[in-house]
Amino acid sequence: MNFSARRYANAVVLRVEGRLDQDTCDAFRNDLLGHVEESAHGGGAIVLDLSGLEYVSSAGLRCFMLASRQAKTQKGRIFVAALQPMVAEIFEISHFNLVFQVFGSVKEALAAVSADAVAAFQKG
Amino acid sequence: MRVRFWGTRGSIPVALTSADMRDRLAQALLQASGRSFANYEEAYAFAASELDFSLTHTFGGHTPCVEIEAPGNEYYVCDMGSGARPFGAHVLAKQARRPATVNIFQSHVHWDHIMGFPFFGPAYVPGTKIRIHGVHDVLEQAYRLQQSPPCFPVPFDQLGASIEFVKLEVDKPYRVNDITVTPHLQLHGGDSYGFRFERDGKSVVYSTDSEHKLEDRHEAEAFAGFFRNADVVIFDAMYALAEAISVKADWGHSSNIVGVELCQMAHAKHLVLFHHEPANNDATLEGLLKEARRFEELTRGDVPLKVSAAYDGLEIDL
Repeated sequence: MNFSARRYANAVVLRVEGRLDQDTCDAFRNDLLGHVEESAHGGGAIVLDLSGLEYVSSAGLRCFMLASRQAKTQKGRIFVAALQPMVAEIFEISHFNLVFQVFGSVKEALAAVSADAVAAFQKG
Repeated sequence: MRVRFWGTRGSIPVALTSADMRDRLAQALLQASGRSFANYEEAYAFAASELDFSLTHTFGGHTPCVEIEAPGNEYYVCDMGSGARPFGAHVLAKQARRPATVNIFQSHVHWDHIMGFPFFGPAYVPGTKIRIHGVHDVLEQAYRLQQSPPCFPVPFDQLGASIEFVKLEVDKPYRVNDITVTPHLQLHGGDSYGFRFERDGKSVVYSTDSEHKLEDRHEAEAFAGFFRNADVVIFDAMYALAEAISVKADWGHSSNIVGVELCQMAHAKHLVLFHHEPANNDATLEGLLKEARRFEELTRGDVPLKVSAAYDGLEIDL
């Protein structure tokens, strides 16, 4: 699976691509927690762009849970955005939609972070 | 073999309240509006075939007690939760005054798994033989403790049955008559053990009070091996996944979603969600069942996995 990061003002958008399961979650978790430590503190936010995520297993969902927990302890925020239909359904089935704020698009999620973040995103 | 569920609730018994009953009756009457029934049988048939599951059933009920019925004269049962009381009544009725031989397999000795034993009728019948199998060193101590003063009026030593404690070793297969039983260590406070029962090419796994650490591939593979090709896996699905790995992490229980994943890995045939959270009502439990079935559909490989939710009174034939 692929993982890339881009900053927009006080938000970092992490784009996740491929399948997130027991085979891939170890490396993903380390990368994700590194980004959370660096960016999701003091009001800063991580937006997980899941438009390229094809599948997520329980092990993958646990990575998101760990990231959320770490962000909270740092007083940061974490949002998920642009879920493919299957991943959106898995979020609902597993009740992760009750744990995370889920947005239809990255732009909507950045708008929830700050006006600066969404303005930076629109500039490209 | 036949699996018969006498107790399916985790932690503490629950019962429908008067308000629950009135609500169900009102909803049933609404669904029957305009219909007339000539007799009880017609009304019963309507209730059995046309009313919603959540109106005609309750997930119960009693704490864990699951009978594995096999040919022969002896009884086999996992855990002695409060479901042991109706199970005991069943044994007494079936035996018709003849003493029974009962083989108990104890997952662990938390109270919800032993609380029914003081109310297990056959324990009071002289001539009855009870063998309590388990891996814990404290098995006998726990059974005696709950019947010690001031907790209960009848001390363990006054029970009429002959009671033997049989110590098992983990992952070692045992023959109990013509059934092979294998205990397997599970993650739970004070440890718990699952049991795999095999007879005549059929297999049932009883795996309750077991938390699964999702990132541990070795653990997942070990459980997939324990569940491998099982006809029925009775699985601790106390919580939804988000709950199981957040606020209730390290509470020693698992989720419906992890049950589906492990059974799919194991190519098991039938997953039965078990050890229901006492705070969940029937509608919530039905929701968790639907979600597990949908997750199974989304992630299905070559062979479908049947998914059910256990309720007191459910019987599954193998």
